[in-house]
Amino acid sequence: MSILRSIIEHINYVASAILFVIGLYTVLTHSNLLKKVIGINIMETSIFLFFVSVGYVTEGRAPIVEAGSNHAIYVNPLPSALILTGIVVAVSITAYSLSLIIRLYEAYGTLDMDEIMELRSGQTNE
Amino acid sequence: MKKILAIVVLSGLLILLLSSILEMPVLGSIENPSYNETTQYYLDHAIEDTNAPNVIASIITDYRGFDTMGETVVLFTAIAAAVSVLRAFHDDSNKKKVEE
Amino acid sequence: MDDLIVKIITRTIIPFIQVYGIFVIMHGHISPGGGFSGGAILGASLILYTLAYGYKDAAKKMPHKVSVMVESGAILWFMAIGLVGIIMGGNFLSNKAAGFYMGNLSMLFNAGLIPLVTLGIGIKVASTMVTLFHTIIEED
Repeated sequence: MSILRSIIEHINYVASAILFVIGLYTVLTHSNLLKKVIGINIMETSIFLFFVSVGYVTEGRAPIVEAGSNHAIYVNPLPSALILTGIVVAVSITAYSLSLIIRLYEAYGTLDMDEIMELRSGQTNE
Repeated sequence: MKKILAIVVLSGLLILLLSSILEMPVLGSIENPSYNETTQYYLDHAIEDTNAPNVIASIITDYRGFDTMGETVVLFTAIAAAVSVLRAFHDDSNKKKVEE
Repeated sequence: MDDLIVKIITRTIIPFIQVYGIFVIMHGHISPGGGFSGGAILGASLILYTLAYGYKDAAKKMPHKVSVMVESGAILWFMAIGLVGIIMGGNFLSNKAAGFYMGNLSMLFNAGLIPLVTLGIGIKVASTMVTLFHTIIEED
């Protein structure tokens, strides 16, 4: 029972670990390049969830400080500010990989990684 | 075969992650080591330093403004990379059509 | 791409989305929000226009040259605001020490350089989303 209670107390971290593993499984097993990009996005989302959960405080309010109330508990603002960088990098990586995928599709006519590998090996053997 | 191998390896990774995650401080406790004096300084001094009630805005544009400038440069680099990949061949093909 | 219902609803709803995006950008230092989220809302409204009316009409409203110029200009605007701090005798991107107008708490124009920088970031993010979407969709 202590393990069950411990899991409930860390439920956000557990969810982020499971999301990370799901994303990694998608990247490793699917040979479609578009699905690989979706897997990378799922992994990034799990990291965002982990980071924001670290900053959460029970009964804490959003860090909009009001002049009158000095004794309110606020959520940690630092992880929320830092994870903006992560979101921007995620958008940039997604856009660049999508543009590369468009080029690959024009060159090979398929998005399947195994078929692209076969095409390339066939060309070099001849 | 490949999928079974991936499932075995990833379940091992999941057990590793969970066993270390369950040792972390409880979700939402104020004793969390990340809630340290840096956060306390930002919450206490943000109004007198920057005169903005939103502490996150004052962190990302004033205390760590150089970091935010790096983020905008990252966005610019992403556009430059995507445009150079997608547009380069287009312009050449258009020119060739015109010449022919 | 010639659906009448989609076009009319898009035409009706776009001003409200853009007003909301500008509100989120301008109130970035008072309420939750800021340059990144407000810019994403603004860019989403322009992407909605592209999806409803097709690329050719959208390229007339927001040509590629203009969006690239706006996008590069926003970085220069950011750096120029940072250089004001050096000219006034402080550090790069310094706020209070550079003598920006601090104003009263919770008014729209206070907090020195924060609204200016947030405005730059918002324009930057909106034009970045539009440029990326137009570049990817532009095929044929």
